Amino acid sequence: MQYIPNTEADRQKMLADIGAASVEDLFADIPAFLRLTRELDLPPALSEMELVGHMTALAQAPPTCFLGGGCYDHFIPAVVDALVSRSEFYTAYTPYQPEISQGTLTAIYEFQTMIAELTGLDAANASMYDGASALAEAAVMAVRKTGRTRVAVAESVHPEYRRVLATYLAPRRVELVQLPYEGGITAAAAVDGTAAVLVQQPNFFGCLEDVGQLAGLARAAGALFIVSCDPVSLAVLKPPGAYGADIACGEGQSLGLPMSFGGPGLGFLAVRESLVRHLPGRMAGATVDNRGRRAFVLTMQAREQHIRREKAGSNICSNHALCALAATVHLSALGPAGLARVASLCAAKAAYASAAVNGVPGFRAAFAAPFFKEFVVKSDYPWEKVRCGLSRHNLAAGPELSRFYPELAGHFLVAVTEKRTRAEIDRLKTALREVASC
Amino acid sequence: MLSQGPVPLIFEMGAPGRRAFSLPGGDVPEAVLPAGLRRETPPRLPEVSEGELVRHFTTLSNLNFGVDTGFYPLGSCTMKYNPKVFEVVARLPGLSGLHPYLPEELAQGALRIIHELERYLAEIAGLARVTMQPAAGAHGELVGVLLIRAYHESRGNPRQKILIPDSAHGTNPATAAMAGYEVVTLPSDARGGIDVGALEKAMDDTVAGLMLTNPNTLGLFDENIDVITGLVHGKGGLLYYDGANANAVMGYSRPGDMGFDVVHFNLHKTFATPHGGGGPGAGPVAVTAELAPYLPVPLVDFDGESYRLNYDLPRSIGRVRSFYGNFGVLVKAYAYIRSMGAAGLKQAAGDAVLNANYVMRHLQEYFDLPFDRACKHEFVLSGKRQKEKNGVRTLDMAKRLMDYGFHPPTVYFPLIVEEAMMIEPTETESKETLDRFIGACAAVANEARDEPEKVHGAPHTTPFGRMDETRAARQPDLRWR
Repeated sequence: MQYIPNTEADRQKMLADIGAASVEDLFADIPAFLRLTRELDLPPALSEMELVGHMTALAQAPPTCFLGGGCYDHFIPAVVDALVSRSEFYTAYTPYQPEISQGTLTAIYEFQTMIAELTGLDAANASMYDGASALAEAAVMAVRKTGRTRVAVAESVHPEYRRVLATYLAPRRVELVQLPYEGGITAAAAVDGTAAVLVQQPNFFGCLEDVGQLAGLARAAGALFIVSCDPVSLAVLKPPGAYGADIACGEGQSLGLPMSFGGPGLGFLAVRESLVRHLPGRMAGATVDNRGRRAFVLTMQAREQHIRREKAGSNICSNHALCALAATVHLSALGPAGLARVASLCAAKAAYASAAVNGVPGFRAAFAAPFFKEFVVKSDYPWEKVRCGLSRHNLAAGPELSRFYPELAGHFLVAVTEKRTRAEIDRLKTALREVASC
Repeated sequence: MLSQGPVPLIFEMGAPGRRAFSLPGGDVPEAVLPAGLRRETPPRLPEVSEGELVRHFTTLSNLNFGVDTGFYPLGSCTMKYNPKVFEVVARLPGLSGLHPYLPEELAQGALRIIHELERYLAEIAGLARVTMQPAAGAHGELVGVLLIRAYHESRGNPRQKILIPDSAHGTNPATAAMAGYEVVTLPSDARGGIDVGALEKAMDDTVAGLMLTNPNTLGLFDENIDVITGLVHGKGGLLYYDGANANAVMGYSRPGDMGFDVVHFNLHKTFATPHGGGGPGAGPVAVTAELAPYLPVPLVDFDGESYRLNYDLPRSIGRVRSFYGNFGVLVKAYAYIRSMGAAGLKQAAGDAVLNANYVMRHLQEYFDLPFDRACKHEFVLSGKRQKEKNGVRTLDMAKRLMDYGFHPPTVYFPLIVEEAMMIEPTETESKETLDRFIGACAAVANEARDEPEKVHGAPHTTPFGRMDETRAARQPDLRWR
């Protein structure tokens, strides 16, 4: 056990020192009938070399990725991993002791600033678990703020996010009203008496919603307008703060985090000034130390569970600090020009891909609405055939949508990031052409 | 905005037009986004060179204290050493590069890791099935209490209350409230366990369940656990095990055998995955076979040939996040269990408990020890003596420990101990380190008596001094402008 330093001699010395006969003696307060009398049934211990071999065997080289639906294959500059791999960052706990945690605290403050800048809102917290739970917590904030018990959510919001929303709202007896889509975007609908109107921009289909009109609907109903957004898109798309959103949230995986089979990602949550004290989770704020120098601390903790206990708005404590650090490094590396370039490349390649797919017999773009980096394809073939055709060319696209939207059987998503080359997109076209014969 | 500090922010560095990226030119025509939806002014993001960027974050990292820096006896947080090889295997491109919506046959290795980790955790918990979805301990608590709610609802009544001891983590009551329950706080008895009489009185058919950490936040195993589980089950309630302190009993005793119905583990505590300065962690939840139908979707099932995602749980509570959980963290916990084996995990618990008792017995001479009995993986001291006799508070002594090169213990928690100091050494510290820490604590206790002003003003040798936290809360400055 190379991770346990005690030798048998150390143990004996320590036991003698505290007057205990054996380590087992220290467990005497566990009633005997509750003590495990056998060894746990686990596989035998592996050496480091065997472990690496075993894990390498489990790893599986992925195909070229046109998959979307909330997780994207963006390029990550080497500098991101180099810096988040500094163990002073990754082996620290939550920065409760600011005198020896200025690294994490300063980075959180920088992260909060970047999220506020991207979303065009006043303040952001230190991060949430993921885009889905961030949206759910945003809805809970709105319910608490307005005292209303209905929440309207667009059906074009990620289906898994809506499922999380339902899970979070059910015990509060909040009714969830789904706003239907038409042609890929949310149709105008009645939202009277709701605490909040929740939309996604670009939405789950990749389409761009008419957010100005939806914001107006929310405002007229006295509801908060909550937008879940793709942070990469915010380099080129109007920020939520500019079209009347009260809360912006989303998934930050696109900002320097590997896809990692869906997690850990990064939830972000930003608000207007009037909602700052309703934000859940950690926040870093600037102050001075007793030597008169600017420094950062976790602040406004009176909102949180360790102080408020059952009166806290949320139970969140650990969040995704290291992922927020990765995003902060990533955004610092790209800067405004780099992020805009990434966004433009995504949009250009997605447009090229859409046109390419549209020309293949049996496949066409499902919706006419404008899109950013992904779009829905309607296929005349069964999904199994399409998937097989793509696999033959070592490509993957999707997800297929009937699992989420029964009315969209035969539809699937295609996401195109800056990493996809024209040659790869042409290969996608070729693969689809061959589907008929798969 | 305050004037620039000794360390500039990334926004205060660089120059317009400076860059730390290179991107390929376009190989397709540019696209035009609708005019009404386009951003008019770019976000104010940093414009720095790669060298500046690296120096900035390296400077910041040097202002941090991590487990790799030194001893981190932060009670209830299990700051054990995080082995390097786990970082390497979690970054294998065939794991970190997988998209969650890949066809199942192209992600068999990843699904196998989730499935096998579920089996290991079920065995360690002594329960039937485990969801990997929760992203943190508190997130796991939410799942657990929602499962309890779903169980009662299926019997026609969700019930109204959750019982929680006064020694519990703040997340327990916050979670119960999030899940729509009223919180009833139970007092502790003179030995630090639950006051069984109070429990008996509080327990009726309006109570959905009891949330308990065992060993609790005093580091004490509740000797009446079978009486407690009997009382709760007797009135149809369920028992929730907060696994924050599972490092103490791994391989020695299993929550399922104690009578718990729901257990969450903190993989970033017990299973050696790093805490990341505040996450990402992972908080898998294990349950009895009876509660398994309510678990979040999907679960990963194995049919003898291949692994697949099972969404077919009609009575599921739903989801608490997208996809399948913090897979990158799960990989590290899986690797930890594979590298420790059964004997290794038990050894870890045994040494964690031995180390804690060793430090406790050496420190009880210098501080008050409110519960004088063998502890498990951690123990709680009180700085009452120093406060009353010398006017030195626990906070002062905690800060002073930094000058000796140690991270302070958890302070002012649990709430039921005055001037509390909660110390958890973990099994990954050597006797020499423990001896040095004992020496430092003794020195601080002596200073509190002989030179209290030195302790009041601490820390003296850290890069920053004590913070004006009131100013931060009253004049919120949450972003650079």
